[in-house]
Amino acid sequence: MAFNSKDTAAFKGVWVFCEQRDGVILGTGYQLLSEGRKLADDLGVELCGVLLGSGVNEQFAKALGGYGADKVYVCDHPLLKDYTTDAYTKVLCDLVHEYKPEIFLIGATNIGRDLGPRVAARLHTGLTADCTHLDIDVEKYKAFLKTTSTIDVDNTKFEDTKNLKMTRPAFGGHLMATIVCPDYRPQMSTVRPGVMQTAPYNEETAARTQLVKVDVQLSESDIHVDLIEIKKSAKKLVDLIGADVVVSVGRGISKDPKRGIEIAEELANVLGGVVGASRAVVDAGLIGQDHQVGQTGKTVHPKIYVALGISGAIQHLAGMQDSEVIIAVNKNGSAPIFDAATYGIVGDLFKVGPMLTEAIAKYKAAKA
Amino acid sequence: MDFKLTKEQEMLRKMYQEFAENEVKPLAADVDEEERFPAETVKKMAKLGMMGIYFPKEYGGAGADYLSYVMAVEEMSKVCATTGVVLSAHTSLCCNPIFDYGTEEQKKKYLPKLCSGEWLGAFGLTEPGAGTDAQGVQTTAVKNENGDWVLNGSKIFITNAGYANVFIIIAITGIVEKRGRKQKELSAFIVERTDKGFSVGKHEKKMGIRGSSTCELIFEDCVIPGDRMLGKQGKGFNEAMATLDGGRIGIASQALGIAEGAIDETIAYTKERVQFGRRISQQQNTQFQLADMYARTQAAKLLVYSAAMKKQNHEPFGVDAAMAKLVAAETASDVTRRCVQLFGGYGYTRDYPIERMMRDAKITEIYEGTSEVQRMVISGAIGVK
Amino acid sequence: MKIIVCVKQVPDTSGVVAVKEDGTMDRAAMATISNPDDMNALEAALQIKETNPDVKVVLVSMGPPPTESMLRECLARGADEAYLVSAREFGGADTWATSSTLTAAIEKIGVGEGDIVMCGRQAIDGDTAQVGPQIAEKLGLPQVTYVTAIDYKDGKLTVRRALEDGYMTIAVETPCVLTCIKELNNPRYMSVSGIMECYSKPYTVWDFEALKESKWISAVENVGLKGSPTQVYKSFSPPVKGKGTMMEGADKAACEQLVSILGEKHII
Repeated sequence: MAFNSKDTAAFKGVWVFCEQRDGVILGTGYQLLSEGRKLADDLGVELCGVLLGSGVNEQFAKALGGYGADKVYVCDHPLLKDYTTDAYTKVLCDLVHEYKPEIFLIGATNIGRDLGPRVAARLHTGLTADCTHLDIDVEKYKAFLKTTSTIDVDNTKFEDTKNLKMTRPAFGGHLMATIVCPDYRPQMSTVRPGVMQTAPYNEETAARTQLVKVDVQLSESDIHVDLIEIKKSAKKLVDLIGADVVVSVGRGISKDPKRGIEIAEELANVLGGVVGASRAVVDAGLIGQDHQVGQTGKTVHPKIYVALGISGAIQHLAGMQDSEVIIAVNKNGSAPIFDAATYGIVGDLFKVGPMLTEAIAKYKAAKA
Repeated sequence: MDFKLTKEQEMLRKMYQEFAENEVKPLAADVDEEERFPAETVKKMAKLGMMGIYFPKEYGGAGADYLSYVMAVEEMSKVCATTGVVLSAHTSLCCNPIFDYGTEEQKKKYLPKLCSGEWLGAFGLTEPGAGTDAQGVQTTAVKNENGDWVLNGSKIFITNAGYANVFIIIAITGIVEKRGRKQKELSAFIVERTDKGFSVGKHEKKMGIRGSSTCELIFEDCVIPGDRMLGKQGKGFNEAMATLDGGRIGIASQALGIAEGAIDETIAYTKERVQFGRRISQQQNTQFQLADMYARTQAAKLLVYSAAMKKQNHEPFGVDAAMAKLVAAETASDVTRRCVQLFGGYGYTRDYPIERMMRDAKITEIYEGTSEVQRMVISGAIGVK
Repeated sequence: MKIIVCVKQVPDTSGVVAVKEDGTMDRAAMATISNPDDMNALEAALQIKETNPDVKVVLVSMGPPPTESMLRECLARGADEAYLVSAREFGGADTWATSSTLTAAIEKIGVGEGDIVMCGRQAIDGDTAQVGPQIAEKLGLPQVTYVTAIDYKDGKLTVRRALEDGYMTIAVETPCVLTCIKELNNPRYMSVSGIMECYSKPYTVWDFEALKESKWISAVENVGLKGSPTQVYKSFSPPVKGKGTMMEGADKAACEQLVSILGEKHII
């Protein structure tokens, strides 16, 4: 039977694309499985991981079960060793044609954002980019809105549907939009890395996981690019997403950027954290893009987020407002960052930053 | 009357603003502090066709109109008055007289290189004994047996001198009798930097526009070919005066830009600075001061643009240029001085650009005809003798 | 050879953002700019044109009639001609419908041997990064996204594609679709003569009628809001958080007080 993306009843199950690079599965895959598990439970359906690669390690595949996958489709083929749009799209579309999942989640990595739209276009279905929240159940969605929106939830009508409700920031984070794809399947979504929490690993579910080896149909002539090399950047990139403490700098350092970044590093060191930055600082070339926090950078939710000389443009807030404690230092007392801050100091970061570092060092020394 | 800019002029203004904001403004403080000629900016302007904005394409110009050039000087001067005067002196005082008075050969030889920015231009009239009084010129040009001109003398306060390749020089070519009185006969010449016997002398240290290269020019038996005379022999004075009329529109645009730039900076600052628990922009003094300054600057702008339109339409514009320069220059000086006052102590420091703008503004009341000279031109035109 | 560059006029979300009472963006009240990544795509095309004078740079955009101002600016930067796809029927499109309409326009312009289609990675009003790859799929062309370097010699195209932690070097067949990011280049300014010429360069507006024969359109149900698989279920503004604790002063004592609060609450 021909594949028809509008025959919604024919589709069942939640899928997660588990991206691997160099044979190592990215953390985003675990995050998405953990989230996908909840969606699958709400729907009462299977959760499946999809793993593409060459010489795939079965232990790795099996481990996906530890994060909730009932089943893992393993697509093993020499031409799937490294990512190419052509090969990965073909294999995934073949798989969707055959097994017809109703939901397909992909991490919004540089590769996921290349692959997702191409697959959605070939399948003729909708794709919602860079989601930060997913719901099936309307009541759960309403509970989510109560804490994250200005909507008067109890006096608003919501269409009761089991469609996937995909929430994402729009217009640089100024608005949030919840998107549905009611008439086409699968309902596809790319999800921002770091947004979903990884569930604890479960040995039992891992043991139960069923591996399905897929007969991959792929030849050289399917691929129209020639991957010459993959190079890791020499500089070790900062792990913003995994950090417990992030000390970020903004435009306020422009008077003396070198010293400003130094101050942030000193404070980050004493707190055991890493240095982040606003878009303005990254765009000015003062610090690498891997440090960027915000709508177009990384989403972080550390225990402590320190904003030094950051005015708090909404793009920036979008990437850090869910931090547990936010400490803001800014010369301008009316800067919007203070509206998001748990604690605020109105002052010059060049003066306050070092004093804060000193005070924390003193406190820690006294406790030790 | 139609005060609307054309679509192209609107686009040009946008382009100038983007360029000024991203390329010129970041260097302005450094150019001032280091008294450094912004050579890299000139190269970038050249790439965008800004060194020959209103000259026809056949001579390498960009084919826009005169007002489009005026807006370029204005927008550059908003963020860096040095850059404004480099552009103005090159265009108004060097390209323009070659275009107006040059032979076809001279235009073909010089304009494409000047308009492309490969060459920079300058103009030399002022001498130690001849500023406002052009009859005080001492530099001489004498024809030798080969038909070449031999120049001797010196010029001072020449904008762009250290970096220019082509100079328009006014020199004495004889003595004539006019109404029974002996008078110097002045003529204009094109001198190239590489000409034998030509050299650039002392570099002036200035109060403002400190990045512009203002130097002395020295001619010691400087020999130039016979075909380098610009325009007719003995017409040098008229040509110089007409050139300066155009130059005044350029300087008026520079002054206008300085005033507008100062107002922009001050509006931004007063909206940030909090005193007595509120932003100083909420004080009526700030509001009224800025309202006055803005209104006066807009008035100056209309004079500048109207003079530019007259020049563009080949109408007599000398008096209009004088009025535009007088009003714009005095507005720039007054506005920047008041802006420093609104900034308070910070305005007096070099952490903010406003003190630089105040220093830069002053020169616009002095060069290319002092404000007193403009008053002479205007009073003469309205018959007050 | 030609390079087709897809460009979009977007509200400037970095400035003041106007939101209407119903929670949607008030586009009319906002300044518009050329989408930044698209300008990197245009610059890349113009650089290829500089070393390959036979290259023609063709712009295509979908949007309301005022999009003309952006297209004129792109022409003033050096592009050769522009097509604006503009009709009420195309409004409200998601990325599927947008890519269908743009594909119809690009096919009508014609993608020939050796041609390249260039897009920005994503537009700042949606940040989806989907339209480029979806155009590639519909045109049946290979794609490379996140392009940070382009080497084009004798018709051979080798590009560098950014990964989060490095890059890939990829040789790609032409015709193909590339999506570009800001690391690729610094977009040039308009030039004075470019501005003087931009209104006399070829400029074409295509409405629904002009494109409806395309297999990607064929009926009004396949474009705009109606042709979009995704729909907005709800849109909302994030709440304003309550103000936190502001410390008194900005001196050593204030810092020490803050640290002791953090300590008491076991935050540090």
